[in-house]
Amino acid sequence: MLFKKKDSTKKENSHYLSAKETREIAKQNARTIRELEKRKKRVASEEEYTTQMRDTNNIVEFDNLHTYFFGDAGVVKAVNGVSFDIPKGATVGVVGESGCGKSVTSLSLMQLVQGPRGQIVDGSIRFNMGDKAYDIAKMPLSEMRKVRGEQIAMIFQEPMTSLNPVFKIGYQMDEMVLLHTPNCTKEQAKARSLEMLELVGIAAPERVYGCYPHELSGGMRQRVMIAIALSCNPRLIIADEPTTALDVTIQAQILDLLREIKDKIDGSIMLITHDLGVIAEMADYVVVMYAGRVIERGTTKEIFENPLHPYTIGLQKSKPVVRRKVDRLYNIPGQVPNPIDMPNYCYFRDRCDRCVGKCAQGYPEFVQVSPTHSVSCYLYENAKEENND
Amino acid sequence: MTNMEEVKLEEEVVTETKAEEVVKQPLDPDAVLEVRNLKKYFPVETDFFGRPTKFLKAVDDVSFTIKQGTTLGIVGESGCGKTTLGRTILRLHPATEGEIYFDGKDINKLTTKELNALRPLMQIIFQDPYSSLSPRMPVGEIIGEAVAEHKLVPKEKLKEYVLDIMKKCGLPYHYYERYPHEFSGGQRQRICIATALALKPKFVVCDEPVSALDVSIQAQIINLLRDLQKEMGLTYIFISHDLSVVEHISDYIGVMYLGSMVEYGSTQDIFENPMHPYTEALFSAVPVPDPNMKMNRIILSGDIPSPINAPTGCKFHTRCGKCMEICKTVEPKFKDYGNGHKVACHLYSQED
Repeated sequence: MLFKKKDSTKKENSHYLSAKETREIAKQNARTIRELEKRKKRVASEEEYTTQMRDTNNIVEFDNLHTYFFGDAGVVKAVNGVSFDIPKGATVGVVGESGCGKSVTSLSLMQLVQGPRGQIVDGSIRFNMGDKAYDIAKMPLSEMRKVRGEQIAMIFQEPMTSLNPVFKIGYQMDEMVLLHTPNCTKEQAKARSLEMLELVGIAAPERVYGCYPHELSGGMRQRVMIAIALSCNPRLIIADEPTTALDVTIQAQILDLLREIKDKIDGSIMLITHDLGVIAEMADYVVVMYAGRVIERGTTKEIFENPLHPYTIGLQKSKPVVRRKVDRLYNIPGQVPNPIDMPNYCYFRDRCDRCVGKCAQGYPEFVQVSPTHSVSCYLYENAKEENND
Repeated sequence: MTNMEEVKLEEEVVTETKAEEVVKQPLDPDAVLEVRNLKKYFPVETDFFGRPTKFLKAVDDVSFTIKQGTTLGIVGESGCGKTTLGRTILRLHPATEGEIYFDGKDINKLTTKELNALRPLMQIIFQDPYSSLSPRMPVGEIIGEAVAEHKLVPKEKLKEYVLDIMKKCGLPYHYYERYPHEFSGGQRQRICIATALALKPKFVVCDEPVSALDVSIQAQIINLLRDLQKEMGLTYIFISHDLSVVEHISDYIGVMYLGSMVEYGSTQDIFENPMHPYTEALFSAVPVPDPNMKMNRIILSGDIPSPINAPTGCKFHTRCGKCMEICKTVEPKFKDYGNGHKVACHLYSQED
């Protein structure tokens, strides 16, 4: 009796694929992947990946970045045409729900996307090296190693799992310094590591230097991670949900530390989080992502005081805020569309309560509302015309 | 060292029994649940003969009552014993000591048979909707299993009953024959809620039901829980580390630190007038999504001490900014400072 209606449910489930179809997709993907891998492994001359920054005050410019994952059920467009800039000395916050492509964007910047399934397919990531600029999307792996850690450092989400459990903290810290500093002796590396541990507010650096990761608490491990990230004076720090796994009181400590350190080293931070509160507190600019695309970007003030995209508005209304009583939380109806077959109209249309007839015709272009604020929504097209006049 | 601790434990037990004799009050008639001096210790070290010598005091002397149809929010950092408290109340862990009165009966003293009869009335929604559903059972069976077990409805009407519950929880009828892996986190959490509510409970422990979900899905689940509460007159214990969610859903809040409840009161009292220094620090640490808000943040130094070797006196004194000499030696009492707002802190006991 329970299984009577099985056949009808199968039809309703449109994501169902037969074995034959899956094989076909896998075959096709294998071909694409092979080509992309070949392109990546090729020894490229420096000219090929040297570019020009659009604005020399930016440290990173994402330009129409596409990062896809070639799965057996179809291609997942995890990052689908992302463009935004990270100015020098600024903190840029990237917000969005899980699966919206914020982590993949940052991994693309480090060329750490899990291959061979994950590939940067199109677009460019221009990185400012001071006197010259490189396109990271085209850089060969051997060159990329010099950028990783030295120019761009990353603080990962889970301090519990991102340190190697079988090596002492000191060894893991020295390794980084020794790799990236030519002619560095072990003593110099140790001195540098201790200095960094002190910088991140660890009271007994000598003791922590000789500890194994399991002897430290979550907050301490995150401090060590930050110390490792800082030890080569990077121009850019990517913090991928640096406080999500931590408690509120420890989160406050770490955020305070990050802010302090940014001023000290005069670098930029790309802060990825799903917590709007953390963004409001830390970021100068905000980029809101939804289903692999940027839907709104602007300064923190603009995004929080004058959110334009219905998704940004919904996201802010759906989060309860301490000491602000609401009777009922707003909820965005429905779910994120299936990443394998994205619709050809605005991805948010099926969940949007303000959609107009035009929303069904193609994905909306970016509309510049103010010099720093732009949004990808048909509702604001008139504003663009006004600006042009 | 171990000897000393044993002696201390014995002492505590002695003082406890004395206190009990004095406090043998009648039960609050409005209360659905009354917890008195609940303790849950996990043995972590045993001696040669297998006798426990060292304990992890996960829940240490917690008392509170919950009125019919209200929500008690339990907040605290990870490892402070929130989850253990929730589970001990339902006797998923046997309590080490203390009484839990549900429906006028002490749950700890019930036999298995009596307890099973009471089980449908008290349910739990677990934290992780990904691991708390059986991957081999279709949704309809998951929800209907306990209903059939407790014989709440006749067999012929079971499907109808389950579909009715599913509708209430916002699950379309054609999900009945699907398996959990076909659903997203939010839908799974709805299935968990439906499973708990199918038994027509009076009292539900929600153990971080929205922590694993995205913001927009969180709002859906919170609204659902509130709607169901109004409709069915449910009483919740809502365990969460997210203060904004707890403030939104709770009528009363209990703040826990290292196994003890340090503050208890109505949501309004706790948020407008936090008395315990830990509560103050905890609330000031929550990031507010408003870039213009200047926060007077109290940053606590250090980490939570280990609950195995909890500090003497007030457990919070190692991180407290207002620590006094007395805090290091004497454990503060959990006292009422008007309007049911209870605090365990020496700062206020001295003023009397």
